[in-house]
Amino acid sequence: MASLLSKGRVASPFVKPLAQGREGSPKLQIVVGIVVFPGSNCEHDVVESLGSLDAKAQLLWHSQADLQNSRAIVLPGGFAHGDYLRPGAIAKFSNIMNSVVEFARAGGPVLGICNGFQILTEVGLLPGALQKNRGLRFICEMSQVVVSTANSSASRQLAQGAQLSIPINHFEGNFTCSHDTLEQLQQEDRIVFRYLNNPNGSVDDIAGITNETRNVVGMMPHPERACDPMLGSSDGIQVLASLLEAAQ
Amino acid sequence: MTPDNSNEPNETEPLHRLLGLTDDEAGKIATILGREPNHLELAMYSVMWSEHCSYKSSRVHLKRLPTQAPHVLVGPGENAGVIDVGDGIAVALRIESHNHPSAIEPYQGAATGVGGILRDIFTMGARPICLADSLWFGSPESPRSRWICEGVVSGISGYGNAVGVPTIAGEVNFDEAYSGNPLVNVMCIGVLPKERLVLGQASGSGNLAVLLGQSTGRDGIGGVSVLASAPLEDGDESAQKRPSVQVGDPFEEKRLIEACLELLDAGVVVGIQDLGGAGLTCATSETASRGNVGMDVDISKVIVRQSGMEPFEIMISESQERMLAIIAPSSLGRLEEICNKWEVAFSVIGKVTLGDKLRILSGSDNDSPSFQANGPDHGYSSDHTTSSDQTSGFILAEVPASSLAQDAPIYMREMQAPVWFQARHFELGSRPPDVVDVGTELISLLANPSIRDKSWIYNQYDHQLFLNTVVGPGGDGTVLRLKAPGLPKSDKGLAVSVDGNSRWCSMNPRLGAKLIVAESVANLACCGAFPKALVNCLNFGNPEHPEVMWQLSETVDGIAEACTAMHLPVVGGNVSFYNESGGYDIPPTPVIGTLGVIEKLLYVPPTMALVDNCHIFLLGDYDSNVSGSRWAFDLHEYKGGSLTEINFARHSSVMELVISLVRQRMILSVHDISDGGMLVALTEMAIKGEVGFSISGINDPAELFSEGPSRVIVGASEQGAQSVIRMANDMAVPLRELGVSGGDRLAIRGLMNLSLASARDTWTGQQAPAQQAPAQPLATS
Repeated sequence: MASLLSKGRVASPFVKPLAQGREGSPKLQIVVGIVVFPGSNCEHDVVESLGSLDAKAQLLWHSQADLQNSRAIVLPGGFAHGDYLRPGAIAKFSNIMNSVVEFARAGGPVLGICNGFQILTEVGLLPGALQKNRGLRFICEMSQVVVSTANSSASRQLAQGAQLSIPINHFEGNFTCSHDTLEQLQQEDRIVFRYLNNPNGSVDDIAGITNETRNVVGMMPHPERACDPMLGSSDGIQVLASLLEAAQ
Repeated sequence: MTPDNSNEPNETEPLHRLLGLTDDEAGKIATILGREPNHLELAMYSVMWSEHCSYKSSRVHLKRLPTQAPHVLVGPGENAGVIDVGDGIAVALRIESHNHPSAIEPYQGAATGVGGILRDIFTMGARPICLADSLWFGSPESPRSRWICEGVVSGISGYGNAVGVPTIAGEVNFDEAYSGNPLVNVMCIGVLPKERLVLGQASGSGNLAVLLGQSTGRDGIGGVSVLASAPLEDGDESAQKRPSVQVGDPFEEKRLIEACLELLDAGVVVGIQDLGGAGLTCATSETASRGNVGMDVDISKVIVRQSGMEPFEIMISESQERMLAIIAPSSLGRLEEICNKWEVAFSVIGKVTLGDKLRILSGSDNDSPSFQANGPDHGYSSDHTTSSDQTSGFILAEVPASSLAQDAPIYMREMQAPVWFQARHFELGSRPPDVVDVGTELISLLANPSIRDKSWIYNQYDHQLFLNTVVGPGGDGTVLRLKAPGLPKSDKGLAVSVDGNSRWCSMNPRLGAKLIVAESVANLACCGAFPKALVNCLNFGNPEHPEVMWQLSETVDGIAEACTAMHLPVVGGNVSFYNESGGYDIPPTPVIGTLGVIEKLLYVPPTMALVDNCHIFLLGDYDSNVSGSRWAFDLHEYKGGSLTEINFARHSSVMELVISLVRQRMILSVHDISDGGMLVALTEMAIKGEVGFSISGINDPAELFSEGPSRVIVGASEQGAQSVIRMANDMAVPLRELGVSGGDRLAIRGLMNLSLASARDTWTGQQAPAQQAPAQPLATS
């Protein structure tokens, strides 16, 4: 596996070509706001990967309320407020989260990655919770995820059934929810990504979900870590490109 | 020995002895001061003159290490070594041990080891971009060793991941000799724009000394003296030293890193220094001493975690996540802004003065405080309820700053080669055991905990953060892009390797050390990197044992010889003595961290993964000497003979060939021969590449297990093979075609034919070695 990955993956045949017009229209450069809490650590990685997609990223400090005209919001990975008490439990009280909730309720695209997913569940934009991994260990490794629905702001450029190599990096990534919630997620086609080989014990192999209006997505795998063949995979590009398309 | 009251203060024992100072050292302090020191002063000297802080036993030897090279910006003696790698970028590196804390409290010991080394790096103005570690534990059969191992790994994971610095390389060794005294060595590398380099020194009389970060508590009192600079006792007594282990808070550290880097970017800071071992005493005396100035420190301004702390506790506390910044008074407002943003607490605790005196005050210093030379209220006696309020306005201590930081006694301790040293060479040297069954012995090696797959460990570390990790852990060296926010653009890459080998060093510390440096350089070469700088962490037993001092001296000479031969500067290091428990010293365990540079990192260099349908070559000399090998030590308990001597001219030409082959993309796989020998190397390549091999021409099976130096295995396509042969000829490097890759068998004609799956399952631990089918004796090719 290592040898295959290190030579760079060819884009999956399931992946649709990028939306027309993105390359040819620099005037429509999308501005993405990346929320930084004390303890966030993936914010620069998201900036870098969005940069390779010609998007403009701006860092938004957690204590401010102004989203500065961002057209999409990313809550990046890390350990906001040290993950103290519970991942995301303190972050939800930051000023900026009121604005993010408002933005999301108005239909704006929001992507929570890893710690960002945890924050989205804490703030109530997404159901369920993320508990400690089965096995009670931190896991940093490449994971294989399958696109379960193309109907979300983070998967609209992907095809259902497409398999992506995207790394995971978490201790609390074991998604759990009530039986009723799970049924609802399944019936409403709101499970966006599923693990091929469930690494953490998540219910129904869930790696990412979306809200009722399909503009808010939380996922444990890190798409920004899979945007360059030199790092082992470029499958995450389609996830970020979906977000940009949703922001147009 | 009576265990009941050995840790209790004893009325008849003088205070300086309780603090770990000898009578002679106490006398020297009195001479420096021209009077008897008071209790606080004695406490400050005891930590600064501890073995851990002062290097008093090793300094005479460390001077023999080569430290100069044109690209070295900062050598040993500062918080970290710094080299110029071009493109306007400097790289800071350092390695440090946290052995005794990890033995007593594995999680916190390892976690604070990570925290401490990070501060050493960002103190230089560098953003830490990676961590690497070298870990040595007792046998995993022992529940206690497993507890230590699991705790240390979770500590590194818990702190490193949360603080947001990837752990990208390392090694883990298991050996009975470390069951009482494990080793936890952590290396950190940081990057900075060259012009941002700052040094840990104070300057400018009237400038302010500001303490940033965590509040000061009673944790880590005497960490460097009673804990790090004395042997570990058995079980319960060591457990009583648990309060000497600090407690880490990675979230505080993360904010401190960001705040300090922003302070440096904003040009607010004149000098900055972390608080590590010996706490505030070390930070204030070192910054003042380096800057040839004095400093007044008002301990009533220190933010403390609990009330009623004694002055000596405040001065020697090793509470984590603290920095001392020296700033101009006019910068205070800007500092306040930045600290508030990052929610970092700060307090102005003192100011830079003319002269050379470090004065510890309590209360404001503007009304000519009076000095209390030996007042009973300012010292070490715990029954006093002295608080800073009561001693307001007094000078609690007044000593020359440089006497703390630089004037510790230097010892040339007695050295003596152990009696067995010669005996091993000659009495046992001639009769190594015979190889019985290659396949069975390979399986035993693959099941060896030190050789087995370590992904269960490194997968607990975030090794991908910052999007730089081009080749991650689990191979020869790790390859990173040279990139960070605020850094000039560069196509260069960094390669990192951390290596130790106590087997080699226990046989012959001088040669063993040379071989470790060589091995480290080989690991970098396999990534296509030239070595640029080296740091070392010298883990040894009790320096009062002449054999231990002999081992250290020999090791230093070995490192010096290797570095001189390969033009490699030593830019930093750490000596950890007193790695002794239950009366036994650990084997000499120098750990070498090397940093290499790849001039243009534009593609992923070949890894050890074997590629199907390739020619497999051995570059380097024939060697069938099994002395010192994992095979001899762990499978046959044969510890005699002599290690193969290294020829540095040969080593350099082999490594230059390997670097050229990697850079010119002539090879598809590469792996140097080290732990376990050639056969383990080939098998690791097969497992990683998921393809078998077929080898022939092995006349003496001992060749398969020899760990002789300067040998590298490469795999090349049909076309590449011609280039490999031609280039090896041109560079006069011996080359031998061992065979080809392909299929799902590991086959050596006449010696072994094993399924790749069984080797893999043993190596990954999915199958117990006892359940292995015996290897088939003959190949059927």
